[in-house]
Amino acid sequence: MRQELNLRGNQALLTRANPLSKFAAVFLITAVLALSIDWVSASVALAFEFLLFPLAGLTLTLLWQRGWPLILAAAVGGWSTSILAPDSGRTLIDVGIWSMSEGSLELGVGFMLRGLAIALPAVLLMSCTDPTDLADALAQKARLPHRFVLGTLAAMRLVGLMAEEWQTIGMARRARGVGSRGNAVQRLKATLGQSFGLLVQAIRRASRLAVTMEARGFGGGRRTWARESTFSALDAWVIAGGVVMAGTAVVAAVSLGTWNMVWLGS
Amino acid sequence: MGAPSRHEASVAVRPAAVTARGWGWRHAGRAKPAVRGLNLEIRPGERVLLLGPSGAGKSTLLHALAGVLGDINDDGGDASESDETGSLLVDGAVPREQRGRAGLMQQDPETQVVLSRVGDDVAFGAENLAVPRDAIWARVHEALDDVGLSHLPLDHPTSALSGGQKQRLALAGILAMRPGLILLDEPTANLDPAGVLEVRDAVGRCVDKTGATLVVVEHRVSVWKDLVDRIVVLQPGSATDDAVLLDGPPDQVLADARTMLAAAGVWVPGYVPETRARSANPAAGSGGLLLAAEHLAVSRERPRRSGFRKIPPVPVQRDVSAQVRAGQALAITGPNGAGKSTFALTVAGLLEPVAGKVSATLDLSRGAGIDPFKWKAEELIERIGTVFQEPEHQFVTGKVLDELLFGPRHLGHGEERVDELLERLRLTHLVDANPYTLSGGEKRRLSVATVLAAHPQVLVLDEPTFGQDANTWAELASFLSELLDAGTAVVSVTHDAEFTAALGGTELRMAAAEPVAP
Repeated sequence: MRQELNLRGNQALLTRANPLSKFAAVFLITAVLALSIDWVSASVALAFEFLLFPLAGLTLTLLWQRGWPLILAAAVGGWSTSILAPDSGRTLIDVGIWSMSEGSLELGVGFMLRGLAIALPAVLLMSCTDPTDLADALAQKARLPHRFVLGTLAAMRLVGLMAEEWQTIGMARRARGVGSRGNAVQRLKATLGQSFGLLVQAIRRASRLAVTMEARGFGGGRRTWARESTFSALDAWVIAGGVVMAGTAVVAAVSLGTWNMVWLGS
Repeated sequence: MGAPSRHEASVAVRPAAVTARGWGWRHAGRAKPAVRGLNLEIRPGERVLLLGPSGAGKSTLLHALAGVLGDINDDGGDASESDETGSLLVDGAVPREQRGRAGLMQQDPETQVVLSRVGDDVAFGAENLAVPRDAIWARVHEALDDVGLSHLPLDHPTSALSGGQKQRLALAGILAMRPGLILLDEPTANLDPAGVLEVRDAVGRCVDKTGATLVVVEHRVSVWKDLVDRIVVLQPGSATDDAVLLDGPPDQVLADARTMLAAAGVWVPGYVPETRARSANPAAGSGGLLLAAEHLAVSRERPRRSGFRKIPPVPVQRDVSAQVRAGQALAITGPNGAGKSTFALTVAGLLEPVAGKVSATLDLSRGAGIDPFKWKAEELIERIGTVFQEPEHQFVTGKVLDELLFGPRHLGHGEERVDELLERLRLTHLVDANPYTLSGGEKRRLSVATVLAAHPQVLVLDEPTFGQDANTWAELASFLSELLDAGTAVVSVTHDAEFTAALGGTELRMAAAEPVAP
């Protein structure tokens, strides 16, 4: 968790863009893709996204390590859509209640590609955005309240600690005779107890951290920012890129006749 | 005492004065005030070591001076129900209204770090005080230099720092605010001996340079004695007694009240509390092998998943062997981060070895199998008991008595031993208390008692003496010496050379782990 949040060593171009412009571009693309289930707009967006990998310092290996649950979910979603969606066109497979036709397969593939195309920008964004830079941009440029933004940022650092603490509490409780093995009910009970222990520790840590922050003058009215969040020419390119990607995906799907608004039905 | 020679540096700040007149504070939801009847005058530039038994209100005073008392407290109580009497002033004004005048460092290094990059963390306080950007970075560089961390790049991840480095970073963050009053609440209690000196020396350099007023709360007098020019001993105040018991130059206070301070559990310099000596005639069966660790490689991390592949963790230590024998003590020593605790937890059947094996002899396993990690929790606790560094991690009920009965009830036998343990570890008067509300020493005694209630043949303790006062320390050492004489094997992970000497036995010294490429 902590390593994944750390961008050290990633020198890719997009790490230098302002997080807000990256957010805007990601929002444009995902919003357009959410409108239609079709394989053309999704494939076009996906193709663009793969082209962006080097710019964000992402590799296929890293993508698989960080995003494999998303990729599996998209595949499972696509598979189940293609066998469960209403059939149309030639039947390809027919085994009892499961049947797959050309129409449902197209819908399934579209669903899977769309899932990937919507999820990938988020992975891209995460891999080239430092949480601290994001907080700076949200507070300085988007004018969100700094108490909220910096409080969240500081709390996020504790999340990595909580993972370690969870393991320690698990061991400490085993040393008291609370087994985390056994049948489902016993395991559930053990997990609930361990969660309570973690909650207690988390609250204590959080209140100590709050004291530390307050003792450093946090929570007053005006504050300055050691790191200035800026927009540059790169950000114009990032947003333009988002517009081009979203636009190309729509134009391609409409001109090929596959554009398929979700709420209009198929 | 604020001699001019200390103020030569360019960044000299205006040192703060502290005045307390009949000051008292009661936390919300508590019947008794934490501090009562405090009269204290600290002149600008003075350096004060604050001593006193737990419950004398030392931390409460420091929080009040830092202006953070009342908003948030450890129990999450509502500030509106707390109660203040008398007056406590910094430079003649209420501390809460003077943000940045005082800087506070607390005990737990993890919660002294706010942000994830070194430079940002130091800048945080200065930003909050609305210091202009250029001036902030100048202050950050200077502060990192003062605490001896200037070799780190500004974007160095704070999670990669050691405990001592984290505390020095916290000091840098405080210095960047240019406070006139530096408050340290047990800043070295969680550190190894090297870390303690690291932090102490950094504090010394910084107060020399800035001339700021310093107030330190610590048990270990010898560490701070030469750095301070005054010792103030607090006691739980009452309607008639002043909260300040003793006040004067270090040598004078230590000479006048050495015996009294030692009796109150203060670690006065050169004092090692007396502990029970090991008996000359060992119990029957003493020396028999119970547990053997052979060529262990250990890590806290579990195998990592990368897609479908499993990557074994990189061990912090490899090829370590040790033997645990009945009635004998084994001390595991070495610097922080060497993997001592990880090794002990692996031997105790709580972590799976990365390589090598841990095997129990028939005397210990008694039919449960050779590998302690595979034992069920009930089988484990009556064979190997482990006391964790943080007692709170092991509390599983809401009452002291239930804590002690928990193990025996699970096992179905041994409840009769609980009374004796309560008596022996002086917990009888606390049977109905909530474990989380106990003092540090009481929590430590309770955590030892709960594990022993299951009557294990091997007792593993992780830093049992960390942050303990001299009285709890002596009690613990004497009690363990009795257990050893009765045939229990005691394995302790410790930095504490006196503790190791008091228990005797063998020492397993671990070298620092080689740095691992991320």
